[in-house]
Amino acid sequence: MLSYLARRVLIAIPTLILISIFVFALQKMLPGDPVLALAGEDRDPETLERLRELYHLNDPIWMQYLMWVGDAVRGDLGQSIRTGLPVTEMVLSKLPVTIQLAVMSMVFAAVIGIPAGIVSAIRKGTVTDYVANVVALSGLSIPNFWLGIMLILLVSVKWRLLPASGYVPLTEDPLQSIRTMLMPAFVLGTALAASLMRHTRSAMLGVLRQDYVRTARAKGLAERTVIMHHAFRNALTPVVTLAALLFGELIAGAVLTEQIFTIPGFGKMVVDAVFNRDYAVVQGVVLVTALGFILMNLIADAAYVLLNPRLRVG
Amino acid sequence: MTQTVADPVLARRPQSRVWRKLRNHRSATFGAALVLVFIVLALAAPYLPISDPAAADWSAIRQPPSTAHWLGTDELGRDQLSRMIWGARASLMAGVVSVAIAIAIGVPFGILAGYFGGWVDAVISRCTEALLAIPFLILAIALAAFLGPSLTNAMIAIGIAATPVFIRLTRGQAISVAAEDYVESAHAIGLSTPVILRRYIFPNVLPPVLVQATLTIASAIIAEASLSFLGLGQQPPAPSWGAMLNVAKGFMTQAPWMAMWPGIAIFLVVLGFNLLGDGLRDALDPREE
Repeated sequence: MLSYLARRVLIAIPTLILISIFVFALQKMLPGDPVLALAGEDRDPETLERLRELYHLNDPIWMQYLMWVGDAVRGDLGQSIRTGLPVTEMVLSKLPVTIQLAVMSMVFAAVIGIPAGIVSAIRKGTVTDYVANVVALSGLSIPNFWLGIMLILLVSVKWRLLPASGYVPLTEDPLQSIRTMLMPAFVLGTALAASLMRHTRSAMLGVLRQDYVRTARAKGLAERTVIMHHAFRNALTPVVTLAALLFGELIAGAVLTEQIFTIPGFGKMVVDAVFNRDYAVVQGVVLVTALGFILMNLIADAAYVLLNPRLRVG
Repeated sequence: MTQTVADPVLARRPQSRVWRKLRNHRSATFGAALVLVFIVLALAAPYLPISDPAAADWSAIRQPPSTAHWLGTDELGRDQLSRMIWGARASLMAGVVSVAIAIAIGVPFGILAGYFGGWVDAVISRCTEALLAIPFLILAIALAAFLGPSLTNAMIAIGIAATPVFIRLTRGQAISVAAEDYVESAHAIGLSTPVILRRYIFPNVLPPVLVQATLTIASAIIAEASLSFLGLGQQPPAPSWGAMLNVAKGFMTQAPWMAMWPGIAIFLVVLGFNLLGDGLRDALDPREE
């Protein structure tokens, strides 16, 4: 198992290098002189030259890349031109907010999506299955930022049940923190629940056709035991892998959800950075997100091995 | 767009199993009808008896739906119905153009990787993995940030972000098609590689690409709406559903209808493409009864 994971890590290296080249190339796509963008209002030739020196813009491009990537590896993603803070520090301070949103959304997604997928697979072809599928497909088709707006109108404005925006750190007031995050997590969670439901359903359908399920039934085991113990445990493997792959959707959804509910997280930071022309922050976010995605994939690979006893030996 | 891609494959055998299955697929037919309604509305926009989508009317600011303005008016007194219909153009165009970009880049690279294998495959596959590691919207936001916000740049960004899926899909399909007997026979009779690629590999990788294209149009429409909602897509005063929602967000309590219609429209057209894509997949899957 260790050698399998080591191989996965090695494969991730060229991917990471390519991502770093891409992220570096982004800044070269900026029209015009990057120094003018960095300097803002200040067009003094001396300042421009100093900035050119500071950002190594007089060096050949491959050297600029090597220096940039060297800093990135050491955790230095540059400085925000807006706040003057190191990008790494900014990202790290926003991450807990988005992670809380992501985890709570995943809980919603799992609690809704997995049972719905199981029931829909067991009752394939019935009205229950049909309804579950229609709801899931609708969930995939509703833009989640719109769902957020509608929920704010209903839950916050009309019923005054939950706050429409804001954020309370978990360490400050756990209960209030969860309360403020409930609606955003639900909005983001429902979109993921739809994907999860469809994946669970097709994984369960595949497993329910297997001989061992028929054998379990033939032995006279209770249907509940057959479903939960024999079928679901085996269907879980692809579902866990896919849940890790939902990471991308989760982050993308978080960008929009944070924007609607004014949550000061990772996603809101990148959108604000775009409008402030704070390019180092945008680059930092892309790099960190890609790193997160690769990490999630490695975790999914490890989980896949752990959940599947046939892969555990060797 | 879906139809034009579909035609070469399906029209050749109009009474084929696939076509028959698709026509009998109730939800796919419903999806196709939904899509068709929006396409017709988008195309007919200049000829419909509706007001100018950009014409502000200061005497009719933020009015609820009425007989004069069926879907109400926005913060500048512009007719929402007219903006919705014109907005359909931006959404559908974004969906179709970005997917066309993704196919135009993805399919040739996928075929090259799958057919030639070896280092060609290794290089293309690593690049695909790198692009896949950056979430769709984050990539689109980054590209929109560096290229500048506009509908064209949003379409380019969404297209590039959607490309890896098509490379992967085409690559897998090309590998299995390349192993078929008829491709070996083509080699044996001395046909050149470009001819084999064009005549045998390309047409046979198309069916799953078609399914994926339909489903990707759905997510591309949502992506365009998302980018426009963030202010990185269609720029005002040109109408787009996402941009309308962006404005509506500021008037949620005073004019809730402003936020309602664009969302419903996005939902319906995306649902249409999703239903059609699911139906196409079922119709093209030989295992499905």
